[in-house]
Amino acid sequence: MTDATAPLPAARATGRKSSSILELDARTRRRNAAEARFKTYGIIAICLGLFFLVWLLSAIVRNGVPAFTQTFVTLEMELSAEEVAAAEASVVKTSAYRDMIRAELIEQMELNGIETDMTPEVLGQLLSSGEANQLRTWVLENPSSMTEGATVTLPFLAASRVDGYAKGRVTRESLARDSNLSPAHLDLVDQLEEAGIVERRFNLAFITGSDASDARPEQAGIGVAMLGSFFMMLVVLFLSLPIGVAASIYLEEFAPKNRITDFIEVNISNLAAVPSIVFGILGLAIFIQFIGLPQSAPLVGGLVLTLMTLPTIIISTRASLKAVPPSIRDAALGVGASKMQSVFHHVLPLAMPGILTGTIIGLAQALGETAPLLLIGMVGFIASNYPDGVASGFLDPNSAMPAQIYEWAKRADPAFYERAWGGIIILLGFLLTMNIIAIILRRRFERRW
Amino acid sequence: MDDLRLTERSVDQTDIKISARNVQVFYGDTHAIKDVDVDIEDKTVTAFIGPSGCGKSTFLRCLNRMNDTIDICRVEGDITIDGEDIYDRRVDPVQLRAKVGMVFQKPNPFPKSIYDNVAYGPKIHGLAKNKAELDEIVERALRRAALWNEAKDRLQTPGTGLSGGQQQRLCIARAVATEPEVLLMDEPCSALDPIATGQVEELIDELKQDYSVVIVTHSMQQAARVSQKTAFFHLGNLVEYGETGKIFTNPEDKRTESYISGRIG
Ligand SMILES: Nc1ncnc2c1ncn2[C@@H]1O[C@H](COP(=O)(O)OP(=O)(O)OP(=O)(O)O)[C@@H](O)[C@H]1O
Ligand SMILES: [Mg+2]
Repeated sequence: MTDATAPLPAARATGRKSSSILELDARTRRRNAAEARFKTYGIIAICLGLFFLVWLLSAIVRNGVPAFTQTFVTLEMELSAEEVAAAEASVVKTSAYRDMIRAELIEQMELNGIETDMTPEVLGQLLSSGEANQLRTWVLENPSSMTEGATVTLPFLAASRVDGYAKGRVTRESLARDSNLSPAHLDLVDQLEEAGIVERRFNLAFITGSDASDARPEQAGIGVAMLGSFFMMLVVLFLSLPIGVAASIYLEEFAPKNRITDFIEVNISNLAAVPSIVFGILGLAIFIQFIGLPQSAPLVGGLVLTLMTLPTIIISTRASLKAVPPSIRDAALGVGASKMQSVFHHVLPLAMPGILTGTIIGLAQALGETAPLLLIGMVGFIASNYPDGVASGFLDPNSAMPAQIYEWAKRADPAFYERAWGGIIILLGFLLTMNIIAIILRRRFERRW
Repeated sequence: MDDLRLTERSVDQTDIKISARNVQVFYGDTHAIKDVDVDIEDKTVTAFIGPSGCGKSTFLRCLNRMNDTIDICRVEGDITIDGEDIYDRRVDPVQLRAKVGMVFQKPNPFPKSIYDNVAYGPKIHGLAKNKAELDEIVERALRRAALWNEAKDRLQTPGTGLSGGQQQRLCIARAVATEPEVLLMDEPCSALDPIATGQVEELIDELKQDYSVVIVTHSMQQAARVSQKTAFFHLGNLVEYGETGKIFTNPEDKRTESYISGRIG
C-alpha cells in the first residue's frame, strides 16, 4: 500500500514511443492479418462441411424417394363365389388365383384395344409373382366382394422390372440379357400406362410391410424391421436410462475419490470407445450361449445395445452433473439437506436437460447400429411376419431397420438397392424426430428455472 | 485426562455455545488453519476479521462441517457445540447443519422461485404442518432478511433473477427460515448497498437475542458495529480474540494493530 505512492520510475519515456492511433503499426497489421486468415480457414471448413452435407442429403433423396412409390396394375375384378370355391378346391390354390388375374388383365387389354400375341404365362410376367397370394388373402378376408355382378377395383403390384422401367432404371437394352422380361413387355407397359391401367403411385406397404424374398423386391417393406427396432429401443431405454443415471449419480456424487473409482472411470471411458462389434460378440457369448435367450430376438439385440449405450449415457450424465455449480450443493447442504436430498432436489433437475440429451443421443446411436446385430443373428434374417403381441415382439426373431437396410444393399437386384436408400430416409426420419424430442425436452426442463 | 476435560466442559457449558481446541485444517499439504482455540458464546455476535486468504472461511466451515464436502480437506482438533463433539463418529453432519445454519460468501440461491428457496429448509425439516404455516415462515424469514417489501409481489419468480444483493438477502432468509441455533455468515454484506447492509446488521442484532451469530467481515466498521467479540486471523493463526471494543481500541498484538489501522491487507 505504501509502495503505491512512490514516484513512478522514468522508464516510461524510453519504452514505447507514442504514435497516432489512426494508422496501424506493423504489429497490429500482422495480428489483424493472422485473425483474417484464421476466419478464412474457418469459413472454408464450414463450407466444405455444408457441401458434403448437401451432397449426401441430395443423394439420399434422389436415390431413396423412388422407393416410396411403386408401379401398380389396377384391374377391375369380377369375383364369383363359384370361381373362388373352385380355386380353393384346387391343389395349388395360388395358381388358380393367378389365372384369374391374368384372365382379367387380358380382358382389360382387349377392352382398351391393346393387342399382343403373348401367352398368358408370358404376359403374367408383368405382374409381381406374389400377387396371386395377395388376392387370395384379400378375397378370403372380404367375402362380401364375391356378390354376383359386382366388380371390385384392385391394385396389383407390377413386377420389379416393370417398376424399374417406370423409374428409368430398366431400359430395353438392359432387358436384352434378362430372362424376367422382354422388350416387348415394355411396349405393352407403355400402352397400358396410356390406358391408365399401369400407374405409379405412393406405396404405403414399403413403410408398413415386411421384407420379401430375393425374387420379389417390389413387395419388400421395412415395417416389421421397424417394429424390431422399436422393441429393441424399448429395452435400451428402460435398461440404460435408469442404470446409467444411477451409476453416474453414484460415481459423481457419492463415491469416494480413490483408486478404485478412478479405475472404474477410466474403464467407462474406454468402453465408450470399444468397437460395437465387440459388444455383439459379448452379447452372443453371454445372452445367447450362456443364458440361452433366443437368437435374433429384439430382447437380445436390446440388451447388447444397452451395453453399448451405457458408457455414452454415463459419460454425458456425469458431465452434466459436473456442470452443476458446486455452490448449489453447498446451499442445499447448508440448510441441512442430506446428500441424497441435495442431489435429487437440486442437482438432478439442473442436470436433466444434459442427461436427456445424452440419453437420446445414445438411443439414436443404438438405433443406427448394425454391427453387433450381425453377431446375434438379427442381420440376414428375413423378417416376414408381424409379431403377434408384446411378448413375441420381444422374443420372436426379427430384424432391425439398419440391419434391414444392410440386407437390402447386399442383394443383387438394383430394386433392392433403391429400397436401401428409401430405408435410410426412414431411419434418418426417426433420428431427426428423436433429436427434435431431445430439443423439446431440453427446452421444457430449462424453462422451469 | 478425559475426566479433566469433562469437568472443564460442564463449567463452560453455561454460556459457551461452540468451543474449538487445537484446530488444524489441511488442504492436502497446505496447512490452512494452525492451532486455533476459540470459544464462541451463546447469544453473542462474534466477528472474524483478517486479511484475505488467512483462513476465516475455512475455519467457519469447520463449525458446521461443510469442509466434509471438500475431499482434500482434513480437520484435526476438537470442536464442540453445547459440549458435544461435532466430529464425533456418531454425529450426522446433516443434523448438525440444521442446527448451525450458514450464509455463504457468494450468494447461491437455488434456481427455483423465491418462495421455494425460503421454504425448502422448513419443508425438509418438517417445520410447517400446512401451507398456511409455511407461508408464515417464509414471510417472517423474508421480513427478517429485509427482502419482504421487494419480494412479496414476485414470490413465484426465480430467485436467480434477483440482483446480487437481493440474492444474498434471500440466502440469509433461507438460512434463518430453518431456525438454526447458530448462524454462520461469510461476508454476508459484501454485495450489499449501505441501506441493505444496515438492515442485515439490524437482523444480526435481533438474531443475537436467541442465537449465536458468527460473521466474517472485511469491514472494520461493521465488525465494530455489530459484534461483541472479535477474532483476528492472520496466515492461519488466530492472533487475537477478545471483546470487540478492546480489539479495536487497545489490541495486544502488533499485527492486529497494523491490520486494523490498514497496514496489512
Ligand atoms: N478448496 C480449497 N482447496 C485448497 N485450498 C484451499 C481451499 N479453500 C481454501 N484454500 C486455501 O486455504 C487458505 C484459506 O482460505 P479461506 O478461503 O479460508 O480464506 P479467507 O480468509 O476466507 O479469505 P477471503 O477473505 O478472501 O474470503 C487459502 O490459502 C486458500 O488458498
Ligand atoms: Mg472467505
